[in-house]
Amino acid sequence: MMFTPIELASSAILLFLFLGVFSFLLSWNQRVMIDICFSLAAIASFLGFAAGAWTVANGGTEKIVLLLGLPDLPFHLRLDPLAGFFLTVIGLLSFFVSVYSIGYVRGFIGKRSVTSLVIFYCLFIAGMFMVVMADDALIFLISWEIMAAASYFLVLFEHERIENRRAAFLYLVVAHVGAIAILLSFGLMAGLATGFKDFSGYTFDAMRATQFPVDWATAAFLLAFFGFAAKAGIVPLHVWLPEAHPVAPSNVSALMSGVMLKTAIYGIIRVTFDLIKVFPWWWGALVLVLGLISAVMGVLYALMQHDLKRLLAYHSVENIGIILIGLGLAMIFTSFKLPLLAALALIAGLYHTMNHAVFKGLLFMGAGAVLHATHERNMEEMGGLIHQMPWTAALFLVGCVSISALPPFNGFVSEWLTYQAFLLSPALPSPLLKLLIPLGAALLALTGALAAACFVKAFGVTFLGHWRGHHNPEVHEANWPMRLGMIMAALTCLGLGILPTMFIGWMDILAEQLVGTKIGTSAGAYGWMWLTPVAPERASYSGIIVFLGILAVVVSAYLILHIRPGKIHRVPIWDCGFEKINQRMQYNATSFSMPIRRIFGFFFSIREQVRVGSLSGHAAFPKRLHYYLRIRDRFWGWLYKPIAVSSFWIARKVGRLQQGRIQAYLIYSFITIIVLLVFL
Amino acid sequence: MNIYPFVIEILQFLVLLGAAPVFAGWVKMLKCWSQGRSSPGLFQPYRDIIKLFSKDLVLAENASWIFRFTPYLVFGATLLAGGIIPILSTDLPLAATADVIVLVALFAIARFFTALSGMDIGTAFGGMGSSREMTIASLAEPAMLMAIFTISLASKSTSLSQMVQVVYSGQSVLRPSIAFALLAFVLIVLAETGRIPVDNPATHLELTMIHEAMILEYSGRHLALIEWAGMMKLFLFIMFGIAAFFPWGIAAWGDLYAIPFAFLFMLLKLGIAGVSLVLIETGLAKMRLFRLTEFLGSAFLLATLGMLSYFILE
Repeated sequence: MMFTPIELASSAILLFLFLGVFSFLLSWNQRVMIDICFSLAAIASFLGFAAGAWTVANGGTEKIVLLLGLPDLPFHLRLDPLAGFFLTVIGLLSFFVSVYSIGYVRGFIGKRSVTSLVIFYCLFIAGMFMVVMADDALIFLISWEIMAAASYFLVLFEHERIENRRAAFLYLVVAHVGAIAILLSFGLMAGLATGFKDFSGYTFDAMRATQFPVDWATAAFLLAFFGFAAKAGIVPLHVWLPEAHPVAPSNVSALMSGVMLKTAIYGIIRVTFDLIKVFPWWWGALVLVLGLISAVMGVLYALMQHDLKRLLAYHSVENIGIILIGLGLAMIFTSFKLPLLAALALIAGLYHTMNHAVFKGLLFMGAGAVLHATHERNMEEMGGLIHQMPWTAALFLVGCVSISALPPFNGFVSEWLTYQAFLLSPALPSPLLKLLIPLGAALLALTGALAAACFVKAFGVTFLGHWRGHHNPEVHEANWPMRLGMIMAALTCLGLGILPTMFIGWMDILAEQLVGTKIGTSAGAYGWMWLTPVAPERASYSGIIVFLGILAVVVSAYLILHIRPGKIHRVPIWDCGFEKINQRMQYNATSFSMPIRRIFGFFFSIREQVRVGSLSGHAAFPKRLHYYLRIRDRFWGWLYKPIAVSSFWIARKVGRLQQGRIQAYLIYSFITIIVLLVFL
Repeated sequence: MNIYPFVIEILQFLVLLGAAPVFAGWVKMLKCWSQGRSSPGLFQPYRDIIKLFSKDLVLAENASWIFRFTPYLVFGATLLAGGIIPILSTDLPLAATADVIVLVALFAIARFFTALSGMDIGTAFGGMGSSREMTIASLAEPAMLMAIFTISLASKSTSLSQMVQVVYSGQSVLRPSIAFALLAFVLIVLAETGRIPVDNPATHLELTMIHEAMILEYSGRHLALIEWAGMMKLFLFIMFGIAAFFPWGIAAWGDLYAIPFAFLFMLLKLGIAGVSLVLIETGLAKMRLFRLTEFLGSAFLLATLGMLSYFILE
């Protein structure tokens, strides 16, 4: 063998770092820089993808110890199937997005320099690759910070707008509060690994070899979970996400939403299943409950949005929730020693991780194409784009169908597996859990159905009907590199949807290593076409037959009905005979979600005002109507406002120390020295 | 290779295509009688479909491919669902393709595209219909799945054919949990198939229509396909309920001679189902849209009670 997967992955990282450092040399010609750098980034991503897929396929584990690092504390890299799986996901989406970026970033030429975008884009992906390959706490946190800092600068790319600066600041604050928690968690585990004697416990190997006492392990888990939850955008730590994702350039939004959040999922799996290993059931219950809350709240907030990218960002909260449902169930089953069920739930969560990366990447790329063409993010001003942008519309529709969990696309497979995991929960020995867990399935069903409603709205308002805006921009179809990136993502969505047995067979090694058993032998009991988790008579699903069956009926019905050439009359809209219809009478995003807003209104803080402007003296004859609607996240008022207000209050109180007089400061130093002398 | 299952499968598709309009006609006939009108006859839906197929197509100027593709997709998804639900026999080659969760999703994909085509033309009615349909669906779907889960807990399977087999083998008799699930299921069928008190299939009154509002702009063969698929959907939901709650009479594995009896049993059960549907529809008035939350909420509550009673009582 000429080279090994870890060498392949390391060379991908080196290529990204090289691009990050040297791409400024090309900044004299922006067009050339975009073409060369993003092509190389696509190659490097593909290398990472190949290395990851290869590792998972052969199930091996490789390590290297770098010569870099602090004295006596070298950096460790490790590529095991878990890291390999996440490397595959990150590499795959980065590959699609890098191809897309060749076309997308061209749109900035002549408006602003894109050098910083290119540099931080490469560093960002390198950081994500390194996070999943890190094998000690030190390089994990360094890579984590590279990833966070690079994405901060990417969010700040169009920094002249105040909302972008605010979003970036909020993102930085939440990311660092989370990073502190992760640092403390690793510190605790490293200390316990050596009994707080020296620093050698900082490697993951040392942590793996330790049996943590339950109370300390709980503290470490809670800290790590808090930290990763802040990165993943789990309710109530999600507020940065709908602010930061929409303002970043769309290729970056695709990566942030599609794969950066997944590094947090990776962290949770690594810490619980690999480092701590033994845990009580209520950890899983905590993860499950937060997952359910995130899923339902995420989709409800998404329904209320009329900014296309903000809507997609809230859907990331929802989908991270669905992934956590799988993980939480896997943790509960593991703690009750039910490895087969744990394997099923874990595979459901991981499959959704991969699915979400692909379809959310696709949707953000589609939203980017719309933004690129119309310079508009507000759906209320859009409509009818399917006629000017047929490619983008069709590809975006694939993403919509996938995320709405409709067969035969990929989102359905992972939700179906999650339902099966829910239905197996009566095997649990605890009566309380037996009773309560199936109710979670109902919440998941609610989430799925609301997501479908939300994407009918997103697609219908953006691409169907007539243009709603006042001005009519020159809309053009996305260029070829953008189309290519989206086509590849759409085909992957279909592939993951109709061939799940193949992909589950590929990733089954993860279940074996993390929870101790495979689902593979049962997942393919009828053959490759049927997915039959647990037992064939229990449940089965065949995506490919659903796909081909519907296709066959559609084609044959079409052919039969077109034997006799019928005439098609193209006529003005009928609309029950109403003649004076105009494009402002269409349903828009706000009116579409009005029934749901009324039904679930108690979740939001809604302020709705209607003001009637009438002619003077004729109150009965209104001339114009002002409608004002503001919907806000309740968590702002409940959680963040009090924290912000109290930190300002503390700052003001502490600020009194600053007298501006040198005598006062000398007294402070004097007192400090006395105190130190007395106590130390 | 055994060829009989494929024969049964084809037979079942034919029964679905043929019997669905007759059942719709039966319901309409009973309704006319119960309201003291004379009915157009059992086969009027056939005449309507044939008339629509022979007409030319009238399309709005700005209709996109989604609008033209939707009727075929809706028809295809509904027909495929008919190959999975055991109407005559459980011995179906397609039964392993999909379990009940996939069945619900197959109807969901038809609904998703119908809602999109409602928004395609850009009329206020279309958007109104889509918005309402998706709202109702998002409330009905959790209740639907809860009812199904209750049954599948008892039979330890989510495959419909398997559920029927379990009932035959005597492992599952009428239990309190199943009774709750049945009540919930009846409410959901009314919502999913757009019957009174959720939606009125006969209305074209502007502000009350839901399903009709989405398909207002359709004509010719497109409308025929959608209408036909709508009748099949009603038929299939009834058959779904029969298979899940009253499967007696459906032929078991490899039992070919039972097929004619299964057909007779099906006709008998359909007749009774039609009568009860008409009794519900004539007894109730259409609800306001925002009262539906309570209606579907009680369906959800009943399904949840069924699940709880499974764990507590059984």
